[in-house]
Amino acid sequence: MENHVEDVLILAIESSCDETAASVVKNGREVLSNIINSQIAIHTNYGGVVPEIASRKHIENISPVISMALKEAGVTLNEITVIGVTYGPGLVGALLVGVAMAKAMAFAAKKPLVGVHHIEGHIAANYIENPDLKPPFAALVVSGGHTHLVMVEDYGKYDIIGRTRDDAAGEAFDKVARAVGLGYPGGPKIDKLAKEGNPHAIEFPRANVEDAPYDFSFSGIKSAVLNYLNHCEMKDIKVNKADLVASFQNAVVDALVSRAMLLIDTRHIHQFAIAGGVASNSALRLALQNECAKRNVTFYSPSPKLCTDNAAMIGAAAYYEYIKGTRHGYDLNAIPNLKLGERV
Amino acid sequence: MNILAIESSAITASVAILTDECVIAEYTIHHKKTHSQTLLPMIDEICRMADMNLENLNLIAVSCGPGSFTGLRIGVATGKGIAFALDKKMISVPTLEAMAYNLYNTEKYVCSVMDARRQHLYCGIYYYKEGELQTKLEQSLLSYEELVSILNNINQSVVFVGDGIYAASDYIKNNMMCPYEFAPVHLAQQRASSVGIYAKYLYDKNGAQDSAQIVPNYLRPSQAERLLGEKECQK
Repeated sequence: MENHVEDVLILAIESSCDETAASVVKNGREVLSNIINSQIAIHTNYGGVVPEIASRKHIENISPVISMALKEAGVTLNEITVIGVTYGPGLVGALLVGVAMAKAMAFAAKKPLVGVHHIEGHIAANYIENPDLKPPFAALVVSGGHTHLVMVEDYGKYDIIGRTRDDAAGEAFDKVARAVGLGYPGGPKIDKLAKEGNPHAIEFPRANVEDAPYDFSFSGIKSAVLNYLNHCEMKDIKVNKADLVASFQNAVVDALVSRAMLLIDTRHIHQFAIAGGVASNSALRLALQNECAKRNVTFYSPSPKLCTDNAAMIGAAAYYEYIKGTRHGYDLNAIPNLKLGERV
Repeated sequence: MNILAIESSAITASVAILTDECVIAEYTIHHKKTHSQTLLPMIDEICRMADMNLENLNLIAVSCGPGSFTGLRIGVATGKGIAFALDKKMISVPTLEAMAYNLYNTEKYVCSVMDARRQHLYCGIYYYKEGELQTKLEQSLLSYEELVSILNNINQSVVFVGDGIYAASDYIKNNMMCPYEFAPVHLAQQRASSVGIYAKYLYDKNGAQDSAQIVPNYLRPSQAERLLGEKECQK
């Protein structure tokens, strides 16, 4: 490992889905700026993220977002040590905008380039607000595209313990929200409405995956909700939406928490972190917090601004990759299905 | 004036460095590898081969469309990144006009065509008057039928450039009523040197642009926008 006496300033760029983001992060933990340009309002018209529109917005917004990140951090590009960028997983056209921009800047400014895995970025978001957090720890990554139960063995070293066999947890939230008529994005809307409902009103199934106690399956819960809605419509029964989404959310939270606790109990884990967009869900946070407290396990969760897609988390992850010696070439490509822990 | 020119609107990836006197380096590749993997290594290569200190570049010229949506964005983002880091200005170059510059000062009409799929072409019609490119048809998205009918109405001798030649050759052969020919491949393909030379002409005429403002000119809305538009029309 190299010995770094001087501060390492990372300029990080993220464009994997519908947020154009740039950030300056010092030594992997201190965020000097965190600029996010969200396109949610545009994609709401289409009921979900439209990849081509997302890519078009990224190319319009990327320069101003980067300028703002440098300005707010009070640094020039010259003072930046390394440029970090998300190169997967995500929407390929969207990723390519950030990757091409970052590579060209690294080339012209003669800075090293470090490609970052988006989900590893989400996990690294926990380092930012928790200076004491160091691997090893267990992490639950839950977002619109991912549901992973992971052992973080060291910086940049991951062992995937469990994963979803079908829909990601966030995907199930979005689909149920659409079916109930709440619209996009589903997560925050369900979270809000569920507070007014009874989580035990309807008993939805908790699917187990045979011979894989840590794996998840959410398509069954989603289908059960859709069937319930159909059933009510046919019988002309008025649906209590608050009860319905509260019960659905409870089933998803239950599935997530039970597997996390199985891992904690089996491997005697002392530190547990959550990450990803769904980590903002208040019911999930509360349930994990309570279960961890019962077991004397320290629970870490990023604040909501660091749960959503952002570049500060990419900067945090890029720092540890940089320290390890990771460098990417000018031929770095976007990899839409990059695996967690995979290195290209 | 030193210009770095970038062209990645279709399968051809091409980069060039031009001074006032000559094209000091040009690198063109037409291969299946993605622009994401080729474009910047090619720029790196020609800069090293030509001993070009990046600080000495004055302008970054990018072929901004129409063309492959992703290809255009890779070219534009690459240009923006370099311009941002070096604090240089950019020139947004209309792709089909730059292609017409492959046949600079020909006495015939030049019709630039790119395959836009679904029996459509991105196309423009040009001619030269006293050494200046004149536009007869602005860059447009037209069906084979629409373009050929416009050319037949103009009724002039025309040379086609661009990969649209191969996509639409049967239709053109069967329906063109006026004299025409297809340019040989070395003149029919996109070339960064043409982008650079034409960029110099545009710069002298209109000046340069701030890199943050450069966006591709797709000439075609995304499918989702099209469908939403149709839905709203039906309402």
